[in-house]
Amino acid sequence: MGVITKIVNWSRLKSPWILHFNTGACNGCDIEIIASLTPRYDLERFGVVLKGTPRHADILLCSGPVTKQVECRLIRIYEQMLEPKFVVAVGTCSCTGGVFSGCYNVDGGINSVLPVSAYIPGCPASPKAIIDGVVKLLKSLEEEPGAKKK
Amino acid sequence: MHDPGEVKIPFGPQHPALKEPESFLISLRGEKITSTSIKLGYNHRGIEKACEERTYIQDLYLIERICGICSHSHSTCFAQAVEEIAGLEVPARARYIRTLIAELERIHSHLLWLGVAGHEIGFDTLLMYTWRDREVVMDILAMLTGNRVNYGINTIGGVRRDISPEQKEEVLKAMDILEERTKYYIELATQEVTLAKRLSGVGILSNEDAKRLGAVGPVARASGIERDVRRDDPYAAYAQLDFKVITSNECDVYGRTLVRLGELMESYSIVRQAIQKIPDGVISVKAPRKVPAGEVVSRYEAPRGEDLHYVSANGTDKPERVKVRAPTLANIQSVSKMLENRYLADMPIVVAAIDPCFSCTDRLIAVNDPERKTKNTVAWEAIRLKGIEWYKRQGIDFTPLNKKLKSLI
Repeated sequence: MGVITKIVNWSRLKSPWILHFNTGACNGCDIEIIASLTPRYDLERFGVVLKGTPRHADILLCSGPVTKQVECRLIRIYEQMLEPKFVVAVGTCSCTGGVFSGCYNVDGGINSVLPVSAYIPGCPASPKAIIDGVVKLLKSLEEEPGAKKK
Repeated sequence: MHDPGEVKIPFGPQHPALKEPESFLISLRGEKITSTSIKLGYNHRGIEKACEERTYIQDLYLIERICGICSHSHSTCFAQAVEEIAGLEVPARARYIRTLIAELERIHSHLLWLGVAGHEIGFDTLLMYTWRDREVVMDILAMLTGNRVNYGINTIGGVRRDISPEQKEEVLKAMDILEERTKYYIELATQEVTLAKRLSGVGILSNEDAKRLGAVGPVARASGIERDVRRDDPYAAYAQLDFKVITSNECDVYGRTLVRLGELMESYSIVRQAIQKIPDGVISVKAPRKVPAGEVVSRYEAPRGEDLHYVSANGTDKPERVKVRAPTLANIQSVSKMLENRYLADMPIVVAAIDPCFSCTDRLIAVNDPERKTKNTVAWEAIRLKGIEWYKRQGIDFTPLNKKLKSLI
């Protein structure tokens, strides 16, 4: 690993910007994601900042099962993100479809549409679990330099 | 007909001001909104249909996940409907525990709303303050029910967890902390000029319009309509508790803020009364697996307004039909009215002021777009004929079978 790559990796790990997208969730995971960003849990101490546009984000936090109507939008948002990009599935529904698997308008988990880098189970995933998941994702990137490059 | 001075802006389904996927198409003339069309359905999962394939007790947990913020509202509303069909008498202690959790949920929901409203007007300090305080009530909910969101405390015929004297102490302590903080927010809302100026006169919904469009909950109460299911049609233990229905005649976002802050104070008082008056006894009665035939409409005052569940049972262990009318569906009609001739910059706060919950609202809705030439709705008979045609192309012909069926009838 060259010096430049090292610097780039270091800076990426210190400022993972996230985009939150509700793909059909019950809001339970969404409020827990916001809760993990507010003072009690304060995910921002890891450099995580919630962004409004996919073009600024490194990590896509998805909550909920993928509904049929949201599917094409989810792909569009993923395609708008710049490399390297990672998808984190928050909550049991986004991991597997959960309680909604079998519903006629639900495709299943996020992995039925996008490649997922980390799964955070729980109904809803507690802020502690979300922080743990994001930190583990960052750790895994530190260990495998190959994963950071496209 | 295209107007050259008019600009159309799509808003959503992914937008920094929106926490949920929903889409608005806004027509603008300069900075002013001329019309809005709302497109829902991104969160439609098909829960009502799924309910018909699951047993009543499984449905309770599925219904709870209609919405994570008012999960207790939906599950209680459904449980009440099933209990009424089955003729179950819920023990008094269980009814008090349901009331207690319901009010704690209202506290968490209103604090959450206050933060989101602050965020929408660029007052992020308020978001951080209220969400920090909200953690106090989240801890209480986690202690009483075992989960921070989606409590799972209801069961058909009562509740699943009892409350201990130590827990009562903890709840009362938390209420004191929150009451003090809420007094500060009320002071902030009534004395801080910037906040009052930003919110008053925005998103006006007159008393007549609120009645005509069928607004519910804090939106209706802020337009001077004194309507609250807790008082008008008491369920759980509300008949034994003393509380005021907060209203305001401001008719705008500022009024909605004041109503919600007032309701927070009422909720603290209800929680204290419920803790004091809670009787001893069992917390649940045994519910039958199969529910006799019948149909019931159950009402519940969720934090966002009146929640309505219709349950039709047919004597088996699965319901025949479940219909949910969530409060946001009643309020969403008024948003177009509130936005008429308003500035684009007011849009996020006006939408946020009804405290929308689209995961509650996304039931199946057929929308006809007048600008689109083709029809979106198809008659039942046309679908049937289309189905027959499709199978014919697949090599399956139903005509002989159909003839046979007709001869039998």
